[in-house]
Amino acid sequence: MSKSTTSIGSELTVRDYSLTGANTRQAIENGLSAAEWYHSDVPRKKLKSLMKRRDAPAIHDTVIWIALHFVFAAGGLYFWGSWLCVPFWFAYGVVYGSACDSRWHECGHGTAFRTRWMNDIVYHIASFQIMRNPVNWRWSHARHHTDTLIVGRDPEIAWMHPISLVLKALAFVGIVDTWTSLKTLMRNAMGNLSQEERDYIPESQWPKAVFWARLHIAIYAAVLVVSLVMLVSGAGWKSLIPILLIGGPRVYGCWHFVMTGLLQHGGLAENVLDHRLNSRTLYMNPISRWVYWNMNYHIEHHMFPMVPYYSLPALHDLIKDDLPPPNTSIWDGYREMMGSVMKQRVDPNHAIRRSLPPTARPYREHLHLAVPERNTGLEIGDRGGT
Amino acid sequence: MPWVDACAVDDVEEEDVIRWDHEDQTYAIFRSVDDEFYCTDGLCTHEQVHLSEGLVMENEIECPKHNGLFDYRTGKALRAPVCEDLRTYETRVGNGRVMVLVE
Ligand code: FES
Repeated sequence: MSKSTTSIGSELTVRDYSLTGANTRQAIENGLSAAEWYHSDVPRKKLKSLMKRRDAPAIHDTVIWIALHFVFAAGGLYFWGSWLCVPFWFAYGVVYGSACDSRWHECGHGTAFRTRWMNDIVYHIASFQIMRNPVNWRWSHARHHTDTLIVGRDPEIAWMHPISLVLKALAFVGIVDTWTSLKTLMRNAMGNLSQEERDYIPESQWPKAVFWARLHIAIYAAVLVVSLVMLVSGAGWKSLIPILLIGGPRVYGCWHFVMTGLLQHGGLAENVLDHRLNSRTLYMNPISRWVYWNMNYHIEHHMFPMVPYYSLPALHDLIKDDLPPPNTSIWDGYREMMGSVMKQRVDPNHAIRRSLPPTARPYREHLHLAVPERNTGLEIGDRGGT
Repeated sequence: MPWVDACAVDDVEEEDVIRWDHEDQTYAIFRSVDDEFYCTDGLCTHEQVHLSEGLVMENEIECPKHNGLFDYRTGKALRAPVCEDLRTYETRVGNGRVMVLVE
């Protein structure tokens, strides 16, 4: 697959990823925020059938997901004290600490289940597992979809320049992220929302953000107390079990979601309005796809966020002739991404630009100018939630 | 407050929505599974996206941008990120046409 190494998007001399800084102002001025994005053509009838919701696929997956928690935890406990427990805890870590990310994501979109309360319950469980305030992250993710990889607007850019490879490597063991997440939850629980959070969360939702943070912190505190009580009662290493079961997997089991998550936009372009330039679709093994709930079809997801995870392969088949060729595996994705990331460390305006098949419409090179019928409500210096 | 001829009944499929522009306004016209017609403002109250691109599920419309949800019969906002209700307009059907009471 041929790739260009030229700079694309609007080149930036300074990168300020905060949501209230110089690049925020620039993004709004340049019409990059709340802009119209490129979409592949899908006939409405076909799209409707792809968007259709069903409960069955997600119920099926969720029953398996919950059952795996019990099976692997039981194995981990049964073999406690022998090395045989390690693979069980490893697997438990992934179903808890990695599969929660895709469940959080899909249920946050409300697309996993047809029934709203089912989405809500799984969303809250997964938010707890991944240590994300369920209110804050709902809003930050909405912003990520409005302004994907727009510097100064998107709060969920994983590869911010200058890129620290050490921090990225540490993300695979979750220690830094977990600590940051707990600090954020603690701050929220004390009724304190940062300037950035106030920027993307509407004021009416602030009390809910505080409530959920308090609940999460209360559960973690209870786990810690149980663990300490076990320790002082002489349980020894067994006193780690409560933490291995609750909270701990965010550290030792997060590697899979970090591995797949970094691929979503890594090495691709910032400040463009065509998801084919800033998102990555790749093929991967069926286990990773199950853990990740098909988010490997990431261009498709960004173009059509209403299509549930179980219909993304069909959507991919339908529009793949309009998309750059997918990476063939996780390994292939990393090879491409890391090559680009290393170049971006020298020149942050560098980005991968894959050749499109001849059947595709050209990349949308021109940035948003104006869409008269849309009043996005954004003004320069606007700090209101989106 | 005139009644305006908006579209033919057959222009809207059952459990679906179409966009209808009138003067400087854009509206969404819905046809429910019970064959009732409803009309709301055409743009989502979150980020002004056309709801006609969204998905109608029974009495709800899901916004295509961030999956915000409204009850299109009442305009009530049902799921974040939409917090503000949609404005609704009265409709009536006659001679195979859908009429909307615009203000
Ligand atoms: S624009 Fe409708 S939910 Fe965001």
